[in-house]
Amino acid sequence: MNPLLKTVIICITSIILSPSVVAQTQDMVTVRGGVYIPLYGVDSTTVRVNTFLMDIYPVTNKDFSMFVQKYPEWKRDNIKRLFADENYLTLWETNDLHGDQLLPNSPVTNISWFAAKKYCECLGKRLPTVDEWEYAAMADKQTADARKKETYNQFILEWYETPKTFNNTIGSTFKNYWGVYDLHGLVWEWTMDFNSVLISGESRKDVDKDSNLFCGSAAVGASDLMNYAAFMRYAFRGSVKANYAIKNLGFRCVKDIDILP
Amino acid sequence: MDTQFKKLSLPTIGCGLLLLALLGVFFSCSKGKDEAKTYHSPETIPVSREMIAELTSPPNVPKPTGKRKAKKLIVNMEVLEQEGEMTDGVKYVYWTFGGSVPGSFIRTKIGDEVEFHLKNHPDNKLPHNIDLHAVTGPGGGATSSFVSPGHEAQFSFKVINPGLYVYHCATAPVGMHVANGMYGLILVEPEEGLPEVDKEFYIMQGDFYTKGENGDRGLQPFDMKKAVDEDADYVVFNGKVGSLTGDNAITANVGETVRLYVGNGGPNLVSSFHVIGEIFDVVRVEGGDLINENVQTTLVPAGGAAIVEFKVDVPGTFILVDHSIFRAFNKGALGMLKVQGDDNKTIYSGKQEEGIYQPEGGGIQEIPIEEGLIKEEVAMTLEDKMEYGKATYMQSCFACHQAEGQGIPNAFPPLAKSDYLNADVNRAIDIVLNGKSGEITVNGEKYNSVMTRQDLTDEEISNVLTYVYNSWGNSKKEITASMVASRRNAH
Repeated sequence: MNPLLKTVIICITSIILSPSVVAQTQDMVTVRGGVYIPLYGVDSTTVRVNTFLMDIYPVTNKDFSMFVQKYPEWKRDNIKRLFADENYLTLWETNDLHGDQLLPNSPVTNISWFAAKKYCECLGKRLPTVDEWEYAAMADKQTADARKKETYNQFILEWYETPKTFNNTIGSTFKNYWGVYDLHGLVWEWTMDFNSVLISGESRKDVDKDSNLFCGSAAVGASDLMNYAAFMRYAFRGSVKANYAIKNLGFRCVKDIDILP
Repeated sequence: MDTQFKKLSLPTIGCGLLLLALLGVFFSCSKGKDEAKTYHSPETIPVSREMIAELTSPPNVPKPTGKRKAKKLIVNMEVLEQEGEMTDGVKYVYWTFGGSVPGSFIRTKIGDEVEFHLKNHPDNKLPHNIDLHAVTGPGGGATSSFVSPGHEAQFSFKVINPGLYVYHCATAPVGMHVANGMYGLILVEPEEGLPEVDKEFYIMQGDFYTKGENGDRGLQPFDMKKAVDEDADYVVFNGKVGSLTGDNAITANVGETVRLYVGNGGPNLVSSFHVIGEIFDVVRVEGGDLINENVQTTLVPAGGAAIVEFKVDVPGTFILVDHSIFRAFNKGALGMLKVQGDDNKTIYSGKQEEGIYQPEGGGIQEIPIEEGLIKEEVAMTLEDKMEYGKATYMQSCFACHQAEGQGIPNAFPPLAKSDYLNADVNRAIDIVLNGKSGEITVNGEKYNSVMTRQDLTDEEISNVLTYVYNSWGNSKKEITASMVASRRNAH
């Protein structure tokens, strides 16, 4: 049997059979939907984001250690190179344990997009889209959209200049308007469509401009020239591929909200 | 075919093989094998062999390319985000090419095929890339070298235009990457190499924007608003205040020719580069082919460079400045070239004579200033002395010793909480009366600069010294005019 297919089947069965996994939604909060203007993408067009549930914290070393024990094909030595490069879980002490060098409640990093995506799927969740992530991350402690506040941008910029924050533990930054922690100040986070900004999807517009994030074209494509903090995030996303495992890059999951009658 | 082509460029190949390879083009043989080939365009210059590029951190420059032929040159450049010191007590997180600001100096020869490896350290937070102004191609290599932390990007280019070029990071937001120190210089030497000189140095100016004001202590984050407003807190050579002063000064001997590769990373300010007490014999304007001679100050644009050359004829300390002069004395754009050797009195005499000059008095007269014509107001109370003293301080002392007596690190010693000052009142009076040069140690730091004698009256000196002694945590001594007079008469 195709090993990937096998994984999917194992994964699906485990979701059905294990109610404890489904109960993970208790660590999530609701982010109420709305519209926002993203930094990038289709010019001056607002984007609608539906209401969704988001993990309060990024996934930790401890969480991921439990995951690989359940799904050994995602252990460091077993993973297919196609799904993760040589840096995958490279700081872990053993094949399935993070060891003493890393804290159990530090965010798991050196994780590929494939692994992050699989982890979320196995819990009946998924990775957030760029829009969902950005929408939730516009918030500071008090307001849903703090992007115009100087303190908000300064906080993020200062984080970019603080070395080795991947060693910090979850919950060590601030709780935002939605009740979500650590969107800024801890690690970068994978998103489902992380590479979608370079190819905006609006191909007619892409014909006329260099859709790269360099020099002049970066400024032309941006909707808010002052939003340096967001620039950096998009630049980071643009630099990665799905099999990359990076020391400053972790993830969290989201879930569509069940529409109850 | 490929291997044959490579062999072709080896000098040892004889005429026969040339004939075989080129078939009908045998006329070339009549010129003889040893004659240097001339190429109609640089892109046709073949390369022989591989070599790893020597990279140097400022102020050093790699060895000249000399007579070597064009090569495949492998450049290994690592990007490091790391904390450093902007000036004493002020920390800053620099983003660097090769661990220094400016980044490692790359020295190439026209026709070199550069194989560039850009390595982004795994601990780094951000993706980076490199735009080399010496590259002919989109983005100067920026698109091809874009690389995330923990990865390495490789691209190649052929250097086809001689000159001195800036390289910098061009990842969004470009301004911030540049403002944090991501720039350096790449030199493309002409086929015959640059003329030999005795000393070569690498100097690059940059402007920095910190959340706190100039001198505010602690780890200072980048300030985006100040950067946009072009309101620099620091303008420095080689990444920090004092990188080229004191023990870090560059040196030469009398009679040597010095070549400075001067770059300006910006991000915002254009530099008016000047060496106090020297005239540039040769300036390769903007780092290109144009040569200007006998230049006092040369403009170095942000994202541009210049090569300046001069022979040092007399000994002494020559101060390198951005002659937008407040940047030099208040923001850090100051370096030193120390020249050792014998005096040449024909070129520069040193001070030969000093006397009193009074326009009404007709010529130079050696009269004591107390007998002068101006009747001065005498301060009666300590309060008055402080007030008058402060006024004199702001006129005569402030430019070097600064408003709070803090001095300028590595250039001018502090007067605030100064052990040197408080130790000896008579010495302090003597220095104001007679000036001071040579090395002194103040609060544990060595200073070696010149203070000229101050043409102040005894009254003025007593006031200004009383002001200094009663400010900024000093020993609160009161200096009287008669104390000054007795020191003046002691000489």
